Amino acid sequence: MGDHHHGPAQGISRWLFTTNHKDIGTMYLWFSFAMFLLGGFFAMVIRAELFQPGMQLVEPGFFNQMTTLHGLVMVFGAIMPSFVGLANWLIPMMIGAPDMALPRMNNWSFWILPPAFLMLASTLFMEGGAPAFGWTFYAPLSTTYAAPSVTFFIFAIHILGVSSIMGSINIIATVMNMRAPGMTYMKMPLFVWTWLITAFLLVAVMPVLAGAVTMMLMDIHFGTSFFSAAGGGDPVLFQHIFWFFGHPEVYIIILPAFGVVSQIIPAFSRKPLFGYASMVYATASIAFLSFIVWAHHMYTVGMPIAGELFFMYATMLIAVPTGVKVFNWISTMWRGALSFETPMLFCIGFLILFTLGGFTGLMLSIAPADFQYHDTYFVVAHFHYVMVAGAVFSMTAAVYYWLPKWCGRMYNEAMGKTHFWISFIGFNITFFPQHFVGLAGMPRRIPDYALQFADFNMMSSIGAFIYGASQLLFLYNVVATIVAGKPVSDEKVWDGAEGLEWTVPTPAPYHTFEEPPLVPKPAGTI
Amino acid sequence: MSSFRLSRVPAIDTALKLVAAAVAMFAFVFVVMVPLYNVLCDALGINGKTSSQAYTAIPAAVDESREVTVQFVAINNDGMPWSFAPTTRVMRVHPGAANGVVFAAENPTDQNMVAQAIPSISPSRAAAYFHKTECFCFDQQVLAARDGAEMPLQFIVDQALPRDIHTITLSYTLFDVTDTVTDGLAAR
Repeated sequence: MGDHHHGPAQGISRWLFTTNHKDIGTMYLWFSFAMFLLGGFFAMVIRAELFQPGMQLVEPGFFNQMTTLHGLVMVFGAIMPSFVGLANWLIPMMIGAPDMALPRMNNWSFWILPPAFLMLASTLFMEGGAPAFGWTFYAPLSTTYAAPSVTFFIFAIHILGVSSIMGSINIIATVMNMRAPGMTYMKMPLFVWTWLITAFLLVAVMPVLAGAVTMMLMDIHFGTSFFSAAGGGDPVLFQHIFWFFGHPEVYIIILPAFGVVSQIIPAFSRKPLFGYASMVYATASIAFLSFIVWAHHMYTVGMPIAGELFFMYATMLIAVPTGVKVFNWISTMWRGALSFETPMLFCIGFLILFTLGGFTGLMLSIAPADFQYHDTYFVVAHFHYVMVAGAVFSMTAAVYYWLPKWCGRMYNEAMGKTHFWISFIGFNITFFPQHFVGLAGMPRRIPDYALQFADFNMMSSIGAFIYGASQLLFLYNVVATIVAGKPVSDEKVWDGAEGLEWTVPTPAPYHTFEEPPLVPKPAGTI
Repeated sequence: MSSFRLSRVPAIDTALKLVAAAVAMFAFVFVVMVPLYNVLCDALGINGKTSSQAYTAIPAAVDESREVTVQFVAINNDGMPWSFAPTTRVMRVHPGAANGVVFAAENPTDQNMVAQAIPSISPSRAAAYFHKTECFCFDQQVLAARDGAEMPLQFIVDQALPRDIHTITLSYTLFDVTDTVTDGLAAR
């Protein structure tokens, strides 16, 4: 108790041994941004190869390694850790807790991540190359036909799974035990709610992913036959296990994004969030439904018609709670005193583009139609609309929104808006044409394509280069803000912002809420 | 949460319960998902697999009123050097009647090898109506270097086969399991 008011330690040991939720949050955010650039670089290689038909730059095998690593790095290295970083920074400050419940475990859950991704990236330089079976690593591509580096891939997945589970346990333990007096569950900011539900999803399905890669490991090295037909196994079993993890996983990615948007839109509409309780219930319903829809990723494996119908209707049902959310955000903006700072622009971009991605998802959920869309660029367009314009846009909005609180300096608004417009336009040039080539039959994950797809692919590639370059502007803006941004000292950096995190001084001190705060009025209620 | 506590510190109590939940989910994959998948596929015949045990025929009337075409396909798995083919490629059979067909296999290599044939039926819903009274796929096939064998298959198409199914395709994929067997590791 004697060291109540010490500041951070000096030098590298501050970061290695820190148990401070803000330090750990910062490290998560920088690490995920580094992974975002790495995964983005892989995407640039893919788009450069697809700039023109025919084999241009890279070998087909290397192209496959690029698509695989792009997916793995973006999902597990960029998006998931970025939201964990945000949770670390914000959840204690939002519920009035001094830190996370288990600070030492928090340090571990971050520090095992960089070695895992270093190992995954190092497979690029191994004999036989990196994993080349797609981020979904379907057996037997990932078992019988995989390069020897697959074992390192499996170990990397195990480590990052452990990291995610530890991070989630910490979040649940914090939210359940460390809320300030008066901060009841139904007063928690929506970001905390969506993360609480996400954390439960992670605890439930990351072990399933670990089980899947463990079975792969045993099939490859220990003579079992979980996925090998020769020994009585079944490759389709792999797909069931993978997507039993994989579908909840897409909500693990998007639910915290919903939380972010639910914080930012009210702030710039200067109105409380419309339908707080229905937002909470919608989030919980989406989480529940995510467990019973996995086979819509595999309509073409030859399921009985009853199965196809069940998974089709269950999937369509998800549109209902998701629709509740979208309408609530629009209703929050309705007749609000809107202003369009960069975080709000990214949230509105999110709202429009995520809804578009949701609609293509609804199209894909229709089992008989899916046979045409399956494994085409239509699917690629769909999930980039929800992953990039959904998760990444909202994450970008979050950084712009809370950065002044974190570092006490304001970012360059003009540069932020420029970043938004270049991103928004670049993103749509990249992915909108992919709907068309997908419907016309261009398969995904192939380094070459038929000549009639040449124009749209060139457009896609140009858009991707624009979108990729705009992220460097983002990096510059953030660094320039931290180093030399205009100082801000108002506790409420944004006049419409609500919540406990805006009651602490700006920049947020190293330790906050060592004494629990008085919870003012219920967050989000009218 | 419930009054059951794993630790007096509330946060550690929550964390330990969640660790238990994660371990349980990991076990769930192995002890529930895999067996359940196999049971469901067996019961519903949804992955086109036929039973791996011999059908003990219950004598029943032969349905002379209709004929079903049965096609046989033999495929070698990647890297499997044997020659492997049915001696008859197409048969027309009456539901209820016992039929026989022979597959010929030859090991052209200089090594003794062990193979396992894996059946698959298309359309998969016919799998439940395709009964094998004897099949080489029930056992592993051992062939000495440069040896050959005729491998028998006896089957009955069930009288209850849905009337809209006119053609059944039975495919065998032959897998080289020599390494697994000689390593003495699990192979069924």
